[in-house]
Amino acid sequence: MSQVALKKETPVSDDGMLKGAAKLTPEKIRETVRKVLDGETGARLKTYAAMCARCGMCSDACHFCLSHDRDPAWSPAGKVKRTIWELVRTGGKVDAEFILDACRIAHTECNLCKRCAMYCPFGIDVAYMMLVMRRICHKLGVTPQYIQDTAHSHSATMNQMWVKEDEWIDSLQWQEDEAREEMPNLRIPIEKEGADIMYSVIGPEPKFRAQLIYQAAVILNASGVDWTMPGTPGWDNSDMCMYTGDNEMMGRLKRAHFDTAVRLRVSRIVMGECGHAFRSVHDMGNRWLGYRQPPVPVIHAVEFYHEILKQGRIKIAKKFEGPVTLHDPCNIVRGHGLHEMAREVVRLTCDELIEMHPNREHNYCCSAGGGVINCGPPFKTSRVVGNRVKAEQLFAAKARGAKTVVAPCHNCHGGLEDIIHHYGLGMDVKFLGDIIYSCMEKPE
Amino acid sequence: MHTLYYLAAGPFAIAAFVLLAGGSLFRLVRMGLLARKKDPAVFDYMSARYGFRSLFHWLVPFGSRGMRLHPALTIASFLFHVCAIVAPVFLYAHVLLIDESWNIAWVHIPDGAADAMSLVVIAACVFFLVRRMKSPEVSYLSTWRDYAVLALVAAPFVTGLWSFHQFPGFRYAGIIHMLSGELLLASIPFTRLSHMIFFPITRAYMGSEFGAVRNARDW
Amino acid sequence: MYCEKDHWDWEPGAREVADIDSWKSEHSYVEEVYASPDGEKAAAVVKTEEGEFSLRVNDATWEPSFDRAWYPRFAPDGRLTALVSSGGEWTLAIDGVLWENGFDFAWDTRLGADGAHAVVAVQRGGRYAAAVDGEAWEDDFADFTGLAVSEDGLHAAAVVQTKPFGQADIETFQQGCYSVAVDGKVWDRSFVNAWNPALSPDGVRSAATVRTSLYDYSIAVDGEPWKASFPCAWEPRFNPKDGSVWAPVKTPGGWTLFRDGERAWKKDFVELWRHSFSPDGKRVAAVVAKTFGRWTVAVDGKPWSATFGDMVTDLAWSPDGARAAATGKDKGRWTIVVDGKPWPASFDRVWPPVWSPDGRHTAARVKKNGSETVAVDGRLISESFVKVFTPSWSPDGTKLLVRGVRTAASAGRAYVRSVVSLSEFLG
Repeated sequence: MSQVALKKETPVSDDGMLKGAAKLTPEKIRETVRKVLDGETGARLKTYAAMCARCGMCSDACHFCLSHDRDPAWSPAGKVKRTIWELVRTGGKVDAEFILDACRIAHTECNLCKRCAMYCPFGIDVAYMMLVMRRICHKLGVTPQYIQDTAHSHSATMNQMWVKEDEWIDSLQWQEDEAREEMPNLRIPIEKEGADIMYSVIGPEPKFRAQLIYQAAVILNASGVDWTMPGTPGWDNSDMCMYTGDNEMMGRLKRAHFDTAVRLRVSRIVMGECGHAFRSVHDMGNRWLGYRQPPVPVIHAVEFYHEILKQGRIKIAKKFEGPVTLHDPCNIVRGHGLHEMAREVVRLTCDELIEMHPNREHNYCCSAGGGVINCGPPFKTSRVVGNRVKAEQLFAAKARGAKTVVAPCHNCHGGLEDIIHHYGLGMDVKFLGDIIYSCMEKPE
Repeated sequence: MHTLYYLAAGPFAIAAFVLLAGGSLFRLVRMGLLARKKDPAVFDYMSARYGFRSLFHWLVPFGSRGMRLHPALTIASFLFHVCAIVAPVFLYAHVLLIDESWNIAWVHIPDGAADAMSLVVIAACVFFLVRRMKSPEVSYLSTWRDYAVLALVAAPFVTGLWSFHQFPGFRYAGIIHMLSGELLLASIPFTRLSHMIFFPITRAYMGSEFGAVRNARDW
Repeated sequence: MYCEKDHWDWEPGAREVADIDSWKSEHSYVEEVYASPDGEKAAAVVKTEEGEFSLRVNDATWEPSFDRAWYPRFAPDGRLTALVSSGGEWTLAIDGVLWENGFDFAWDTRLGADGAHAVVAVQRGGRYAAAVDGEAWEDDFADFTGLAVSEDGLHAAAVVQTKPFGQADIETFQQGCYSVAVDGKVWDRSFVNAWNPALSPDGVRSAATVRTSLYDYSIAVDGEPWKASFPCAWEPRFNPKDGSVWAPVKTPGGWTLFRDGERAWKKDFVELWRHSFSPDGKRVAAVVAKTFGRWTVAVDGKPWSATFGDMVTDLAWSPDGARAAATGKDKGRWTIVVDGKPWPASFDRVWPPVWSPDGRHTAARVKKNGSETVAVDGRLISESFVKVFTPSWSPDGTKLLVRGVRTAASAGRAYVRSVVSLSEFLG
């Protein structure tokens, strides 16, 4: 019965976690754990904990485990054993050190990518259990500093990046001005009530990647759809509170987003190339609010691009040169089965697609998702080192000629860029929007 | 010994069946009620179509990628599960016993086949044991309970063969066979063997979530 | 009581007010059209020359032009407002006349019920305030969100930042750096968060949802939180008559309605929000989810039996407070539900229901098969439009003013106002 923990522990250097853990007492831990386990969890957690046969089949699923030479401590069940099982087993009789460790595992060594649910014969949802662990950490006040700060931003501004109300509108108008240099009558319609589509983005777009709003505006205009963007909070579809276990804020954010779309009375929301936001609107946030599905249909950019290309609403002037490879973002592939549509968009816009393997639902996560990249610099190395298998996949695609990685998700972008840099792969990462914008016929 | 035999053949056997049936029902109903209260969305998202689709893929050997990555384990698991159920349920002696006791009978398999199946179960248990000890990803997760469950499953088959072939001490083996078999049945609802009752539900639920909500495969 | 509507043209029949096509031939750029409440004016942001924008109203264009003009909105009294900027300075323009004061940014125009007063959120030198009729609050703040304006448009409240904190300073944030400012005066107490500020109808009292820690929610009234705290809470609202504060709060059993810190409704729901008082303040209704994913309206705690799978919104009381209506959406189809009974028709989209003065009929802007029109009690009027605006009832409730943009005889677009007689239409 060997119980060797092969995993080498790196001491936690995160200020938010350390300060939070310093305030813990055994009583507080026990009480909080009991409250969450008894009050907020039920049949799912109990059944999963009771039935897991400890067969180890989930090891094949996890990029962290595979990248650490199958070190079992990194396997999904291994991580559950080191976190929530121990809390269930002991009824929360653990020390602050344990919570610190569990927080690091749940927040930074699991991307909640749900790949393991496809490898567990019983369909045990490890991501759910990791979220319960994060919920307990949230209730204990032990959450990595950077993602907690993001959650604070969400609570104060309803967006991820502390963007103030005027800054948001100003960014849109600035991008409209920029785009008018290229297309004089282009418009980013703000608060156009009754439009068909509300286009929504994530906080980092106005803050760091405003050109994406420009590109989207060009694509939306060229496609001739009736669209608008909100001029009020609720424009941001992102949701890091979903990942910090602050479920109440997750609900508040989603309500703001849905209410904005309902107020503008659009028939659907089209969201930019983001993965986690999609999970938040059609899987987690909506459920917390009591919506079986989003009250206003939410269409991911991949679906929208597919639609306008197929309908001939935009035309490709010249296909993107050089072979590309396509990264499948977990939240839209295992999360919504958009892998074939994404491939079709790539085929319609690019010269050649070189597949990575495994792919589609069996893709490897970028290791940035699930809020992991949002935990910031203290955990960057472990996230990149923990995804060697992705680097190997990318390298294999590059060896077959792919110079560009298409990744229709913001977090994937960040994660893949870090991997490419760390492993010296020398590839470009692009959004589908980048490619469509650069290859489309632009109206005068 | 006679007393033990009569206990094992009578009240213990009835107790085992009652615990198996009652326990399973109890666990299912309790989990169902708890889910109603705490995870009501589980019921809302259950989909017959996608639930069965997922079950189908996971009940066919090599139907999932995970199974294809581990051919030896897949073969061992399937043989184990089939034999562990078929051999005791269709063993001539068991069928006869039940027929004599309760006047219910069904088809049986030749004793030779049952022998072979029992050997397969024992071999699979040995395979699982070695894997549990030698494979880091399994041994890391294993506790005494996992080994105990394995022993519990293997015991009735070993002792069954033992007593059937009248190896030395077969009378004891016979009683141990009955007792261990009863213990095994009774423990199904209350140990990790409860995956027997929960597997269809958790698998179908994940299949529904993947199929109906996520528009994706889960195998 | 003086009623503006008495003076509107209620002569049945349609009248073309503006030829949008001619606008398009005069201006190289024309945005979407807005209509005045009486239907007599249509307006849009247009380009007057390269890089210059202004507001086109019927046949005339505002005299001044701007680097940018947006958010054109008609006030209830028919005056046209727009947010405009020239040389980097923003302000509100009303019927082409600019407020004297300019700001680094101005947004979120709110108009009082009679249209006499306007409030906008403003930013100057990175500091934030509300400006009422052009005058910004004396005190300004590091951040400002969730503008709320009293019914008369004379008082404003917003969530403001009260203490500075650095980047990623999660400790200071959790000590409480936000509060509510009313007419520029900030509450005595700060909170981790404050949301959904609300003003009493007279603008004297204020309330907001607050979070006193990351985990404890409550409702603060004039800065003082209720004694009870909750795992979550939504927006507070003042009862228009007795001034009590009501809010949906989460309890261990689900969501319910609390009044002044005490439970008001016995029943718990999966969700509860958008509560609304009858005009006499005697009754309260809210949108609720009876079970997971099934939405309806509960009136005084009793839910209607008809439920909708997608959502319910736009709760509206009849003027006498006897009846309530809302919009409901199920399987992607919208309708209006009145006292729990859905209209006998469904639509691609529906806008908020409008009660007739006698409370006998509901009308709404609807979209069906790609065109828009108005429906009364579920029946469509005969005309159809490219776009319609919210319909208005005549004071006697016998006629309906329908304003819309339609395809003109010339095959171009025209803005028309049309008075439909209910007797003709409903038979």
